Amino acid sequence: MNELALLVAATLAAGTPLALAALGLLVNERVGVINLGAEGLMLISAVTGFAVAVHTRSPWLAFAAGAASAALVAVAFGWLVIWLNANQYATGLAVSLFGGGFSAFVGVGYVGRRLGIELNYAVPGLGRIPFLGAALFREHPVVYLAVALCIFLSWFFWRTRTGLVLRAIGESPDAAHALGYRVRRARLAAVVAGGALCGVAGTVLSVAYTPLWVEGMVAGRGWIALALTVFATWRPGRVLLGAYLFGGVTMLQLTLQAQGVHLPAEFMSMLPYLATVLVLVLISRNPAWIRLNMPSSLGKPFFPTQ
Amino acid sequence: MNAPSFFKTLTMGALIASTAFFGCQKKEEPKPEPAAAPAPAEPPKLEPLKAAWMYVGPVGDAGWTYAHDLGRKGVEAKYGDKVKTSYVESVPEGADAERVIRDLVSQGNKIIFATSFGYMDSMEKVAKDFPDVYFEHATGYKTLPNLRTYEGRFYEPAYLAGIVAGGMTKTNILGFVASFPIPEVLRNINAYTLGAQSVNPKVKTKVVWVSTWFDPPKETEAAQSLMNEGADVLLQNTDSTAVLQAAEKNGKYAFGWDSDMSAFAPKAHLGSCLLHWEVYYNKAIGDVLDKTWQTGQFKWGIKEGANDFVKMSDAIPENVRKKVEEAKQFLIANPGAVFRGPIKDNTGKEVLAKDQVGDDKFKAEMAFLVNGVEGKIPTSK
Repeated sequence: MNELALLVAATLAAGTPLALAALGLLVNERVGVINLGAEGLMLISAVTGFAVAVHTRSPWLAFAAGAASAALVAVAFGWLVIWLNANQYATGLAVSLFGGGFSAFVGVGYVGRRLGIELNYAVPGLGRIPFLGAALFREHPVVYLAVALCIFLSWFFWRTRTGLVLRAIGESPDAAHALGYRVRRARLAAVVAGGALCGVAGTVLSVAYTPLWVEGMVAGRGWIALALTVFATWRPGRVLLGAYLFGGVTMLQLTLQAQGVHLPAEFMSMLPYLATVLVLVLISRNPAWIRLNMPSSLGKPFFPTQ
Repeated sequence: MNAPSFFKTLTMGALIASTAFFGCQKKEEPKPEPAAAPAPAEPPKLEPLKAAWMYVGPVGDAGWTYAHDLGRKGVEAKYGDKVKTSYVESVPEGADAERVIRDLVSQGNKIIFATSFGYMDSMEKVAKDFPDVYFEHATGYKTLPNLRTYEGRFYEPAYLAGIVAGGMTKTNILGFVASFPIPEVLRNINAYTLGAQSVNPKVKTKVVWVSTWFDPPKETEAAQSLMNEGADVLLQNTDSTAVLQAAEKNGKYAFGWDSDMSAFAPKAHLGSCLLHWEVYYNKAIGDVLDKTWQTGQFKWGIKEGANDFVKMSDAIPENVRKKVEEAKQFLIANPGAVFRGPIKDNTGKEVLAKDQVGDDKFKAEMAFLVNGVEGKIPTSK
């Protein structure tokens, strides 16, 4: 029974960076901008957060710095894509590659350095409940942040005026522009916010999850987050569940191994992507379903003067 | 010009300028410095021997590559002016490796050390093209007249770690984070288990395969799943400190591997299995300088000073320490004799009869897990 609780806890921890990055991408994609540079943003924020943590020993400053660094790169990305109307997919890929190389270069001096930050957290009273305590309440604060963020974004996008405007921009920027809303500024704001969230996700990896920096340590989680947003059909609640599912698959595979059950590791790693492809196929069969689920202007450039 | 076009030009200009700026920065791989020019009216100094090392990971990994780099620095310390060393780090195994080796040869290096099993075929190819350059491949098995292999007997300190683990475990479950199912890793798992069973016959070992030599988040997850299943002393064959730090976080024990990792986990660290690569590297450089270099397959261990088990924690009780010391002395007298019969594998088959000692062939072709290790060896189908 204890093993199950620990598996749940490990799943929550493994799924959180995915959830945070995917929620950031959700914010991006809901206004119609697709940011393929998630992996690069996460790498840059991971190295920045780690460096700041090494020098200041404060995890909160590290998270702030990580988010800020990713937001900065997101500003550049937003500039290129929203004002200069560069192809979103190509620019995103460029950011991804840039992030990989840049983080490796900057991080050379930080490989193998220790953080020396306290790593054990538990919610004061709830952490001691027999099963649920071990399963749910002995996590790093970012895990609860991810859940809170999911609830907040659900409320924000579907229950507030601003959220409605953002969704409208994502569906039809021309109509929103005709109504007088500042489409490009709103999109930039969303891109920066989304980038900052990817930044927090990246810092979680290098400061909270494994307190180490190594080049390429994000190991494709940015791409998983991109797939996750699609898999979850752009809804925050489903993003969270999907993140725990994706994270859980990895932990499950390792746990099964530790118990002596042998499923091919490659098969397990493949499952999340297979599921995403399946979801895409299902929602694409019916054009109405696509309209229902996907923000219509996703990936398309917007020209206010036309 | 109109506004969008102006901004486009501005952005393009900024991008080009920043690319030029960043591109002109100092590169991270130190190139070998040119030999000192002789002063006028003095006889020319002897050209220092150029030696290059190729690493599979970053020097700062505090594990495998870090240990090799300490070895390289040991060579510099011992031979001083007679040798000029350089290294290239984080070279992926495969086509890139061949390009790097050829590059090192073209830079004038006369002896090249490749520090990972996966460089084997690349080394073989390049060695055939350059018969007057010496190639040394760590942990491989292919040799040529100018290519030889070297490795440590990692399973010796793994056995000693096993003794400590057997004495320190409270749950009688040990954990092992394994990289790939190659004989070297299987030897280490088996030696660890046999060592533990020699002081505590009830011990069982659980193994998790991570399919990588170096991926700290994955190593952490693997360690976590082992601890979730009850393992309380961990050993790993991967190159970072992640497993040790995960053990520290959960209040369990673990070992350093490849280098002294005691600084990373003051409470969890029980000892470090490491290699003093400089012992071998000094010999290799000496061979080239003395022109006595010959091909072969070198397997050095505790006896030769290449392997060691260091920084044993104060938490280890005295009787366990004594057993470790006895085993160490036995291995110095009988190098490599870790696998002594009778040994059964974990399907019940006997692989080594009573009073038999596993020889080099037995060890090089190991494809089983000893009794007490749970699980099967993953096959890549």
